[in-house]
Amino acid sequence: MSPWAVEVCGLTKVFDGTVAVDGVSFRVARGELVGFLGPNGAGKTTTIAMLLGLIEPTAGSVRILGLPMPARREAILGRVNFSSPYVALPYDLTVRENLTVFAHLYGVPDPAGRIRRLAEVFGVAHLLGRRTGALSSGETARVNLVKALLNDPEVLFLDEPTAALDPEAADAVRALLLRLQRERGITVFYTSHNMREVERLSTRIIFLHRGRILADGPAEEVVRQYGKADLEEFFVALARSAREEA
Amino acid sequence: MNGRRVWALTLRQLYLMRRSFARITDLFYWPLLDLFFFGFLSLYLGRQGRVPLLVGLLLGALILWDIFFRVQQAISVSFLTELWTRNLVNLFVTPLTVAEFLVAMMVWGIIKISITVTLMASVAFALYHFNIFTLGPSLVPLVAALILFAWAVGTAITALILRYGQSAETLAWSLAFLFQPFGAVFFPLTVYPDWLRRVLVALPLPHVFEAMREVLNGSPPPASRVGWAFLLDAGYLAAAFAFFGYMFSVARRRGLLLKLQE
Repeated sequence: MSPWAVEVCGLTKVFDGTVAVDGVSFRVARGELVGFLGPNGAGKTTTIAMLLGLIEPTAGSVRILGLPMPARREAILGRVNFSSPYVALPYDLTVRENLTVFAHLYGVPDPAGRIRRLAEVFGVAHLLGRRTGALSSGETARVNLVKALLNDPEVLFLDEPTAALDPEAADAVRALLLRLQRERGITVFYTSHNMREVERLSTRIIFLHRGRILADGPAEEVVRQYGKADLEEFFVALARSAREEA
Repeated sequence: MNGRRVWALTLRQLYLMRRSFARITDLFYWPLLDLFFFGFLSLYLGRQGRVPLLVGLLLGALILWDIFFRVQQAISVSFLTELWTRNLVNLFVTPLTVAEFLVAMMVWGIIKISITVTLMASVAFALYHFNIFTLGPSLVPLVAALILFAWAVGTAITALILRYGQSAETLAWSLAFLFQPFGAVFFPLTVYPDWLRRVLVALPLPHVFEAMREVLNGSPPPASRVGWAFLLDAGYLAAAFAFFGYMFSVARRRGLLLKLQE
């Protein structure tokens, strides 16, 4: 069994002459909780899309759980999951119907039981019969997380998991992610623009700008290394200086 | 090929159907309007005494045409539904394969057309005393040949939508009608000029509809026509799958699966 949840080597993506991701290399150990940071347009979404096999890299390689992507795409995607507030579940089905469809897609045994248990954990059991399009953004985010955990993933890719949540709901999600990581050793690779959240959650951050990694390490260490007070200050300073250099 | 994943997508379409009045009416509204129009028109012309078998020829052609058109449309609209509901990324971050996705759309096409044809056949029998099943066992290969060609056309349209997005979605409703005047659907191949006839036999449709007319005229099922239809179907289907596979790889290279969600 590979000790690495994610291995990325020289990952590059060029769209019509524009370099979106430029030779990115990193490894994420199993059980790590990695904050993937960077300003808008840094290449985070493109990188995650390449990790999930949605976009074909121009160069470089990706291995997830020791398996090459996309050669072993089917095997990999059965063991990982993804959630983003920008990729909501279809609005025209009920929550239960949507989750049932995805439970079958992931080959989940006893879909009804699994959905019920996860819905209770995330406090959305009362929403199962509701049309997905009628949910509030906070409810949608929690339902998306239920979908993301349906297949009991070993690696979870999350795009701004708390972006649409009120502080209390966001705190509950953060606590749950920490619990999943501690109890089940799940690897979480997530993007966020909430630096306090990243400081609280991450065992490590990777900071991307203009498709390149500018910093990689534990949040406190990176902040100290750059002589900043906290991650927010670090983010603003790094993004600004990178922009000025460009 | 994982049957459970194919079932998951079929289940999604069933859920959608159950929740949408527009989707339910789509199963019977246009097919029945066509049936009423052609049925009464053929009755009227038939009563002039000039054209025997007209009801059978027109209604048989109409029902078989609907099988082709509706199956093709079901495939393209299933894909468009995923596009409209921004569900493509959700689907393709699961282990679902492109082949399973295509098969699920094809299965859905068959389910939809089974409902529509049952209804059309019942109404045609009740109102016009036309029994499509008088085509006998030869009905099975004719329908199968039409479904295979519909899968090919539907898959090709879906590939174009995948590549060009919603600007290509009108093809889902319009492209099939290109085959109606040139598929010898309501009239025989002999109507066309010689040069055009030689081109049109490269399509499975004229073979299927010529076969239908021969059977309704009391001839035995023409094996050569059915054989040609299947042979051409195999070619078109293989080409359509290859085209979809190519367009999917283009979509992955250009990041279109994400862009289509925006």
